[in-house]
Amino acid sequence: MKRIISLTVQDRSGVLNRVTGLLQRRQFNISSISVGPTETEGISKMTLVVEVEDEQRLEQVTKQLNKQIDVLKVSDITDKAIVARELALIKVAGSSQLRSEINGIIDPFRALIIDVSKDSLTIQITGRPDKIDALIDLLRPYGIKEIARTGLTAFLRGHQPQVNELTTYSQIK
Amino acid sequence: MKVEEKPDFQTSAAPKTGADLLIDLLITEGVDTLFGYPGGAVLPIYDAIYRARGTIKHVLFRHEQGSIHAAEGYARITGKPGVVIATSGPGATNLVTGITDAMMDSLPLVIFTGQVARGVIGTDAFQEADVMAITTPITKHNYQVQAISDLPRIVKEAFHIASTGRPGPVLIDIPKDISAGELTEVPAEGTIHLPGYQPTTKPNPLQIKKLADAITKSVKPVILSGAGILHGKASKELTSFAEKHKIPVVTTLLGLGTFPANSPLSLGMGGMHGTYTANMAIYESDLLINIGARFDDRLTGSLKHFAPNAKVAHIDIDPAEIGKNVPTQIPIVSDSKEALVELMNQTSESPEAEDWLATLNKLKEEFPLWYKHDQNGMSPQWLIEAIHKVTNGDAIVTTDVGQHQMWAAQYYNFEKPHRWVTSGGLGTMGFGFPAAIGAQMASPGSTVVAIVGDAGFQMTLQELSVIYEQNLPVKIIIVNNGALGMVRQWQELLHGNRISESILNTQPDFVKLAEAYHIRGLKIESQEELITKLPEVFAYDGPVLMDCRVLQEEKVFPMIAPGKGIHEMIGVKPS
Repeated sequence: MKRIISLTVQDRSGVLNRVTGLLQRRQFNISSISVGPTETEGISKMTLVVEVEDEQRLEQVTKQLNKQIDVLKVSDITDKAIVARELALIKVAGSSQLRSEINGIIDPFRALIIDVSKDSLTIQITGRPDKIDALIDLLRPYGIKEIARTGLTAFLRGHQPQVNELTTYSQIK
Repeated sequence: MKVEEKPDFQTSAAPKTGADLLIDLLITEGVDTLFGYPGGAVLPIYDAIYRARGTIKHVLFRHEQGSIHAAEGYARITGKPGVVIATSGPGATNLVTGITDAMMDSLPLVIFTGQVARGVIGTDAFQEADVMAITTPITKHNYQVQAISDLPRIVKEAFHIASTGRPGPVLIDIPKDISAGELTEVPAEGTIHLPGYQPTTKPNPLQIKKLADAITKSVKPVILSGAGILHGKASKELTSFAEKHKIPVVTTLLGLGTFPANSPLSLGMGGMHGTYTANMAIYESDLLINIGARFDDRLTGSLKHFAPNAKVAHIDIDPAEIGKNVPTQIPIVSDSKEALVELMNQTSESPEAEDWLATLNKLKEEFPLWYKHDQNGMSPQWLIEAIHKVTNGDAIVTTDVGQHQMWAAQYYNFEKPHRWVTSGGLGTMGFGFPAAIGAQMASPGSTVVAIVGDAGFQMTLQELSVIYEQNLPVKIIIVNNGALGMVRQWQELLHGNRISESILNTQPDFVKLAEAYHIRGLKIESQEELITKLPEVFAYDGPVLMDCRVLQEEKVFPMIAPGKGIHEMIGVKPS
């Protein structure tokens, strides 16, 4: 199962290596990882999407991450009410004649064409990973030349619903 | 003409370089001994050690691996961090085995490695190695010092991290321009700032209550005692607790001595080469109380068959150990002593386990440890028993890994804690002898015996120079079977008797070797010889090496074959 794990870490040299090294050493698969500064100076936020087999392995990965001295907080937010976003850049083959056709496809996704050249268009999309996957599928027939994705970043919504409502908010199954 | 006065480092009390400051900080931390080896990138540190001579002792080993194993031995006996210094590049990489060993066995170490100057880090400079990356997975934490003013905080944090919670090695990588850098002002005292490190030491009262109730309800309780009892200095509490409720105790390999081996409640060591009774007690039990052990695979055997009927309670200071290998119904994150004291304060009834104890006593009588006492040669088990006798069971015993380690574990019945120094988790050959040096330095009045194999000893024997130089009365017993005994045993039993590359046909003359290092050496080939020589050897106030020739074919039994369950021991009785 895929889990979203949010880490608050000290912004120190080597901290990314500590986290990824640990996951590799304990045989956890990282689907994506994103890191950036937070509202507090010296503190960074990492969002990991990891593939784990079962609850016991999930518990192990959070406990091992917690043991890292530069890791301040670890939470598995998969089943919480969260906002989660990823950004993708997709370069599609085609000249400007295709532009209006592609615009028609990407419009419902609220994506944008941000670069146009003689033989390619670049589309920027932000959203949940499944939404990005869906757009990529639709664009595939035009010939995708390149994709770059940031990986998921996420945090808790301002309001957490009661426990029995939680599953509907789950971002990743 | 006026001559400008130069500061005199040898008399001046104020620190002058980063390295001087470092030595001052070590003295403040109460460090009395440094285990080290100099080199280019630590020259400024050795300069400071020279200036500080008389206030801090440095012992020069002959290989960095020797220095770190000695520091481990020191840490195991004192409970204080062993302090190691090595140079950059090869000096640091030679420490890797020892750092990993300390990490696996939770030994507190603070390791200082030199590094090339900051300006050339990353340029593949002479003797540069990425020590931070190399040691990240094998240390509890590591630091690279980026400013002299950070030293007080980093040193303080390193000692704190190494010695609290679940102890472990902490490494500080010091670029040469930092250690050589001149101090413009004396930096303020370091303060610990570790928001991400707050070990839980006090148990949750509800969980303690839950465990106390489970004890009352159990009819087949058993305690598994691990090295967490040593770190928590909780042997007394463990003994009172077990005696109060009449709960039998199994110890792990590293937990030997945490519970007196001669107690009627002691079932001995559990695991691959543990006693049949200890393993069957775990297999049959309805309540397994693990205190400070980590359910290592050499203890559990196949997890499928491990304590299948037991409710499992696990007291550990490291939450990540709880539930890692064995599903746990009563998790208690705590220091071992704190948890035991709280458990003793509970007013709950003792279990009704008379039948259980009677069953276990019968097993003990029926399946004691056994070996064939060969009259034509020396049985290694008998050798260990003889050492036990001559040292009144009160020596500090160190070992490498393998057959001799298991025989020492089985036949040197430890009555007291902090007497047993062995490489458990990593299983490091070449550990025992240098560890004995550190143990002897930690406890100068104790009898220290390094029980080592003929193969492992040859991995770190260069440290013979150190025991001569420091006049340390370490007694080295080489259990010499001319083989990598455990490898040979597995090949015989599990690999169709294909004895592949595990026989050491050529050996040095160990007696001459000892003499070459100015140490007394003797070769023992028979039991009679041993009986005559042993008392003399142990009465001698100086180092002695004994090359004891034992039977090559002898195997360690009983045994859980790899992949088998804890109830499937082989060789439980003489065939």
